[in-house]
Amino acid sequence: MPTPPSAFPVTKRALLAMAAGMTGLMVAPSVFAQDELHGTVDQGVIQPLPIAIDITSQADAQGNSLGAQISKVISADLERSGYFKPIDPNAFIDHEIDVNVQPSFDHWRTINAQYLSNGLAHVDADGRLTVDFRLWDVFGSNQLLGQSMTATPENWRRVAHKIADMIYEKLTGQEGYFDTRIVFVAESGKRGARVKRLAIMDQDGFGASYLTDGSLKVMTPRFSADSQLVAYMALSADSARIYIFNLETGRQESVGEVKGMAFAPRFSPDGSKLAFSVSQTGATNIYVMDLSSRRVTRLTSGAAINTSPSFSPDGSTIAFTSDRGGSPQIYLMNADGGNVRRITFGGGIYSTPVFSPKGDLIAFTKQSGGRFSIGVMKPDGSGEKLLTSSYLEEGPTWAPNGRYIMFFREPPGGSPSLWMVEASGRIERQVPYTGGASDPAWSPRLK
Amino acid sequence: MSIKTKTVVKTALVAFVLTSVAACSEKPKPVVEAPPPPVAQAPQPQTPPPPVRPVETAPAGIVPGSQQDFVVNVGDRVYFDTDQSSIRTDAQGILSAQAAWLNRYPAVRIRIEGNADERGTREYNFALGARRAEAVSEFLTSKGVDPSRISTISYGKEQPINPGSDEDAWAQNRNAHTALVAGAK
Repeated sequence: MPTPPSAFPVTKRALLAMAAGMTGLMVAPSVFAQDELHGTVDQGVIQPLPIAIDITSQADAQGNSLGAQISKVISADLERSGYFKPIDPNAFIDHEIDVNVQPSFDHWRTINAQYLSNGLAHVDADGRLTVDFRLWDVFGSNQLLGQSMTATPENWRRVAHKIADMIYEKLTGQEGYFDTRIVFVAESGKRGARVKRLAIMDQDGFGASYLTDGSLKVMTPRFSADSQLVAYMALSADSARIYIFNLETGRQESVGEVKGMAFAPRFSPDGSKLAFSVSQTGATNIYVMDLSSRRVTRLTSGAAINTSPSFSPDGSTIAFTSDRGGSPQIYLMNADGGNVRRITFGGGIYSTPVFSPKGDLIAFTKQSGGRFSIGVMKPDGSGEKLLTSSYLEEGPTWAPNGRYIMFFREPPGGSPSLWMVEASGRIERQVPYTGGASDPAWSPRLK
Repeated sequence: MSIKTKTVVKTALVAFVLTSVAACSEKPKPVVEAPPPPVAQAPQPQTPPPPVRPVETAPAGIVPGSQQDFVVNVGDRVYFDTDQSSIRTDAQGILSAQAAWLNRYPAVRIRIEGNADERGTREYNFALGARRAEAVSEFLTSKGVDPSRISTISYGKEQPINPGSDEDAWAQNRNAHTALVAGAK
C-alpha cells in the first residue's frame, strides 16, 4: 500500500497539544509514534481513511456490551469528521482481540483497514470504568497509540469522545473537537407559536437537556470562553432582555434593565465583558458591559442598525453587522469603537460575522439570489468562500479547532435543524438531534 | 507492547472521579430529560388580515372604544416593503384612523409590535422590527397621540402571522401590529 499524499504531518507539537487536552480524564501514555502520519486530501476531494474500531467488553445480563457502544460513538464521531470511513464490524475477521497482544495485521489488511483501534472496557470492583485502547497502523504493522482512560461509568460517552479525539489528532494532526458541547435553542410547536427553549447537548447530538422552561422565547445563546456561562436573549410580549445562565450553579440572572430592547450578547474572549445590541427609537447600536462593574459603554452611534458583534480572539477587534451604508454589510471596529471599516463588498447582504478561534477567518451569513449561504473570508474581507447554501440558513459557530462550522438550516415552511460543514466546504453533515433546533453555539474543549 | 503504569493511573483516576462528582452535584437540573420528537410542520391554511371598513358600516353590536371596534373598524396592522421601514401609502390611512381613534379614547394604551419576514438573519430582523415599530410610533405621535401612551417592541421574525414561505407570506409577515394593552372598553 503506497503512503497517501502528505497533508497533515503529525509532529511532537500535536502530541503535546493532545496531552495538554487530557485534564479531567485519566490517560496513561505508553507508546508514541516515531514517524509521521498522514490524512489524505487528493485533488480537493477528501479520501476518508478506512479504520476499524473494536472496543470490547463483557456483555451484561441483557447481552449489551458497553465496549460495542463506545465503539459506535467513536466510529460516528470519526465518520462525521469526514476524514474517516469506519469499517462495519460485521466485516471483521477477528473479533474481541486481546488488547495486550499484537493484532494479526494480515486479517485487518484483508478487509482494507488502514488503521485499527482496539481496546477493552471494563468496570472494576470499585465501580470505575477503565478503557485500555490501542491505535495501530495496519500497513506499517506498528502501534501508534496505547492509552488507558478511567472515569465513572455514566461518563462513558465522554470517554468515547476523548478516544475519538486522540485518534483524530494522531491521524490528522488537527486538534480534536469531539469532547465538546453545544448550546442551542430547542424549537417545538407550530410556526408563529414556536416554543423556544435554551438547551444543551453533546457535540454529537446526544444527552440533550433543557435549561429553560419555554415561558420566554430564548434566542442566540453564546458560551463564555471557560464554557461555564451562557449569555442569551429572551423575548416576552413586551420586552427583550439578556440573561446569563451559569451552567455550574444552574442559576440565571438578567444583566440589567436597559431602556429599549437588548439582544445579540457575546462574551469577550477574556470573559470580562459582554458586547450586545440595544434598539432604542428605531436605532440599534452596540454596547459593551464590564461584567464586574456593570458599567456600560456605547461603541457605535447613529440611526443605523448595528448588531451581531463578534470579538476577535485577542479581544482587540469587533466584527459586526451594520446597514449604515444602505444594506446590511460586515464591518470591523476596534474594541473601543474606533477605526470602523467595512470589509464586505461582494454584492449581496452580509451578516452574523464570527471570528474563527485562531482569528484567521470570519464566518458569516450571506443572502444573495434569494438564497442564504454560510461562508468564510479573511478578516480583511478578501478570500470569500461560500461553503453551503439553501433556502434559509444562518448562525455560524466554529468548532474549537477551527476546522468545522455549525449552523442552522430551515426548509421552506419547515422546522430548523443543525448542520455542520468543514471549513473547506467539502464535508457537510446534519447534527443527529431529532427535534427542531436553531442558534447553535459550540463550546471550547471541555476540561 | 507496553502497559500503563498502575501508580500513575491511580492518581489521576481520583482526580477525575472528584471532578465528575463535583460536576454532577452542581449540574443544573434539566427540566425535561429527553429531546422532543420531531414535529411535522405542515404549512397552515392562511387567514388573510381582516379588511378595513369605514366606521359608518360598522356592524351592530360592536362596542365603540373596544378592542373589536379597533380591529374591525380601524385596522390594527400595517405592512412594509422588503427590508424597509417607511410607512407605505396604503398604511397611512390606517394609521391616521388609528391616531383618530386613539385620540377619541385617551385612556387606551398601546404596544406597537414590529415584525419581519424570514428573509433575514435573526438579529438583524430584531433591529428591523424595532425600526418598523418606531416608524409607526412616530406617525401616531405626529397625529397627536401622546408618546407616553405608546410602547414599542420588536418580535423580529419570531412571530409570523402567516407560517408559509412564499411572497404572500413574507408580505404579510412584514408588519407592525398595534396592540391595545390597557384602557379599551
